[in-house]
Amino acid sequence: MEFFVISIIKAAVVAFVLLTTLAYLQWVERKVIAHIQVRPGPYRVGPHGLLQPLADVVKLITKEDVLPPHVNKFAYLMAPFLSVTMALISISVIPFGDQFQAFGYTTWMQLTDLNVGLLFILAISSMGVYGVALAGWASNNKYALLGGLRSSAQMISYELPMSLAIAAPLLMANTLSLREIVQKQGGYAFGFLPQWNIFQGPMPQIFSFFIFIIAAFAETNRVPFDLPEAENELVAGFHVEYSSMKFASFFMAEYANMVTVSSLATILFLGGWQPLFPVTLGSGLVAPAIFAFAGIVCWYHALHPARRGDRKSLPVFGTIFLLLGAVMLVPSVAANFMPLFWFAGKAGFLLFVFMWIRGTLPRFRYDQLMSFAWKFLFPAALLNLLLTAWLVAWVS
Amino acid sequence: MDVILFLVFATIAVVCAISVVVQTHPIASALSLVGVMASLAVLYLLLGAEFIAMAQVVVYAGAIMVLFVFVIMLLNAGAESKSGRSLVASWLGIPLIIVFLGLMSFFAQRWLPFADPVRFGAFKGGSPRDIGRALFTQYLLPFEVVSVLILIAILGAIVLARKELD
Repeated sequence: MEFFVISIIKAAVVAFVLLTTLAYLQWVERKVIAHIQVRPGPYRVGPHGLLQPLADVVKLITKEDVLPPHVNKFAYLMAPFLSVTMALISISVIPFGDQFQAFGYTTWMQLTDLNVGLLFILAISSMGVYGVALAGWASNNKYALLGGLRSSAQMISYELPMSLAIAAPLLMANTLSLREIVQKQGGYAFGFLPQWNIFQGPMPQIFSFFIFIIAAFAETNRVPFDLPEAENELVAGFHVEYSSMKFASFFMAEYANMVTVSSLATILFLGGWQPLFPVTLGSGLVAPAIFAFAGIVCWYHALHPARRGDRKSLPVFGTIFLLLGAVMLVPSVAANFMPLFWFAGKAGFLLFVFMWIRGTLPRFRYDQLMSFAWKFLFPAALLNLLLTAWLVAWVS
Repeated sequence: MDVILFLVFATIAVVCAISVVVQTHPIASALSLVGVMASLAVLYLLLGAEFIAMAQVVVYAGAIMVLFVFVIMLLNAGAESKSGRSLVASWLGIPLIIVFLGLMSFFAQRWLPFADPVRFGAFKGGSPRDIGRALFTQYLLPFEVVSVLILIAILGAIVLARKELD
């Protein structure tokens, strides 16, 4: 009974936090892209456009839900449902942090730990292709069909280097459970170098990390591999015929996939919730320092306002950040939330890289995309796997 | 709980399997086949063979069936028209199936009278470690032969595709 109650509470918290994160990722992405392009980005709804996601949700829900004629109704309605479900399910095996203790209960910061957790994520994400492919086919539109075809070909091709890149750190971890993979990466070499898979011997997994990240960009259909929805050729690609909440589900699925892939890269290569340097060197002070710095910056700009609204909004945020920093100094809170902070920090940085690259790189041509996957990425991943296998066998 | 899940997913598997044959549109058939694969994976999970279940989804539902759907979409195959059925098939089809199933169950009972009934979660040796060890020690030769066979098939496909281009 206790187990059920705790599980339901955990599932509710994870679902709430995840959905809020998805909505605000959109805001963050628009802000990041805007600042890269030297413009302010969303600014009208709420202070610094912070209520923009809420406005977007209201807009999308109240929009007219168009069902075009000549579509295959069953597949057309199932496609957005399928892609958003498959995108959200995989978060259930991601470990966000270490053990969590509160009110005398102890639980893991993870919904469930499967002993084949990694394969589960691969299986679910490979099923996600159907959402895109079906949407393209069922829309009965040549742009949508081309987008769906491109996407399925691209996802099949990039799944191979991605799986091979995942296999290399698995050889060192010797398990498929995501929690155990993270636990294996604890500890420090020479007292300061973290034993994450990208630093750890016998074969530092730096190459497979980059191969994984590149393949992940293609799997999530992000720039520079966003051929399935290339605006200048395909209008909007596979979701051109979708409107209202059905369109929003594809959007949500894309962001949820980004979150999953970033979390997976964090777990496999960047040591999950393990801090960058030991507590003895003061890693426990990083979170309070960052929050305090953010609070001070907010207060500084509140006292020297560039815009009229800043005088009212920024003190609120500054105070919140300072309070968060102070709370993270409390030992019992720090013990529970410090792993979460490190996990969120690493995954958040990878998400930022996604946006940064979107603001920087142009789109590939389709033949370049395919030859890159098969002629460079796949052999490189294979070579890396072979080297890792040899070194692991040699050391043991 | 296990029995309920088994009944639900076994029913889904059978219904999807019938739907593969009955549907006239190739995409609908392919999607039904995906349904069969996915519910079979759940049945493997109920047995306690997690690795096989995941491999089933990754390989069959995730890779092979995606290729099927991809090819069907690429060729843009429309719905098939129903041909007039032959009299023999429509009169003898169902009785023959029943006879066949009856014979199968009869021989199964006859030849394997002492076989243990299947128990949920009782499957041992299904962990990735066990399967890997078995593949690379006990079944090494069949494993390698199969991989060479697949390589030959790939080479054959390339040769055929090349010929068409010239």
